[in-house]
Amino acid sequence: MLYDQIAMNKRRTGYVMFGFGVLTLAIGAALGYLFWNSWFSGTVIAAIVAVVYMLIMISQSTNVVMSMNHAREITDVSQAPQLWHLIEDMAMVAQVPMPRVFIIDDASPNAFATGNDPQHAAVAVTSGILSRLNREEMEGVIGHEMSHVRNYDIRLQTIALALSAAISLLVNFASNWFWWGGSRRRDDRDSGGNVIGLVISVFLIILAPLAASIAQMALSRNREYLADASSVELTRNPQGLISALEKIDDSAPMKEADPNSAALYISDPFKHKQKFADLFATHPPMAARIARLEKM
Amino acid sequence: MVAIILVIVLVLLVVWYISSYNGLIRTRTHVQESWSQIDVQLKRRNDLIPNLVSTTKGYANYEQSTLKKVVALRNQLTEVPAGDHQQTMEVSNQLSTTLRSLFALSENYPDLKANTQFTQLMEELTNTENKISYSRQLYNSSVASLTVKIQSFPSNIVAKVHRFQESDYLQVPEEEKTAPKVNFDDFGQDK
Repeated sequence: MLYDQIAMNKRRTGYVMFGFGVLTLAIGAALGYLFWNSWFSGTVIAAIVAVVYMLIMISQSTNVVMSMNHAREITDVSQAPQLWHLIEDMAMVAQVPMPRVFIIDDASPNAFATGNDPQHAAVAVTSGILSRLNREEMEGVIGHEMSHVRNYDIRLQTIALALSAAISLLVNFASNWFWWGGSRRRDDRDSGGNVIGLVISVFLIILAPLAASIAQMALSRNREYLADASSVELTRNPQGLISALEKIDDSAPMKEADPNSAALYISDPFKHKQKFADLFATHPPMAARIARLEKM
Repeated sequence: MVAIILVIVLVLLVVWYISSYNGLIRTRTHVQESWSQIDVQLKRRNDLIPNLVSTTKGYANYEQSTLKKVVALRNQLTEVPAGDHQQTMEVSNQLSTTLRSLFALSENYPDLKANTQFTQLMEELTNTENKISYSRQLYNSSVASLTVKIQSFPSNIVAKVHRFQESDYLQVPEEEKTAPKVNFDDFGQDK
């Protein structure tokens, strides 16, 4: 079961990289067509941006993700004894090395894990979760994060995050250009066949980030259920995680979470109202998670 | 031709023998390692208990009888012969139970709970208690995989030749036995 999950995650990381790569190139082509009337140059630029971005992410993922989320590292047990001890415990039972530990100064309770593999993992929690949750509840949360580490969910998520961040970088760049003189170039172009190209390009630029986020969300939802179950397997205490999730659910959204990282968190940091069933949700509904835990 | 086949079969047999011997050694080492993890935590707790006594000294009435019992059990634990895992854990479990009741009783002493030294010590002791139970969990699961290797065919042949001994499971205290059974079926594979 666990090994299936790990193998599947590794395989899926490949698919995700491929899918996002194609998407990034398509956006590049669309941008190139809009601004320089050349598919090719846009594709090349997008490829360079994506490769550079990926290399930075793979070598620096933890630091990049942590700074995107304004997390500070703690390096000694005395800075947060209980948190440190719990992470040590959970790393021991999950049989992975001790990850790096980060704290985010935010009153909203939340937590996430990131990294390329269990040997280079990191766990971040908000100051809100430290002050609100008791030891048992905290243990459930850390167990959940450790399961993400052990299952290689973190690698998949981090790569997906890097790629969707690259896409939003390109799209931001494009929309700035629209405002600051992108139109200049288009004026002296023949109309006619170009209109179709234009529509396709604009369409791509609008839809690509959407596709990226839907893919990222779909990756994340089932994983949360599995991590909840694995957490209980580690702590042998479903009640701790249940009451932790209840407390997390019953709180204000985070102030400064990075939108691209939303899927990493144990619970949606923005607390979106879940009207549209599940398609756009980064996380399964809290009530469903709690119900599954209560059945154990 | 027959000679070649015989040689190949012989080589395969030797390779199998060596790898299952090594597998047995590896699993036995895991068992020993996980015991030494428990041992480290037991020693750590034994070192913390004198601090508990000295920190609570100022609070004259603080549960003297329970505290005495803790100290007695601690001393008893140091006298258990090193190889006797079962007896060590038995005394250790009693000590855990007594410490837990001591923690619960500390709720009645607001000024003690306000003492940062005491709260730090509480965190250290709780941490050690948790690590003991988690490392016991690991110990038992490594004992289980050793047992499987020693009993199942064909690795049991190698185990018999080299006289591998099964290890005993460590008793889990009553209050920890209520571990839930995690059922992953409900959680489904994501498609």
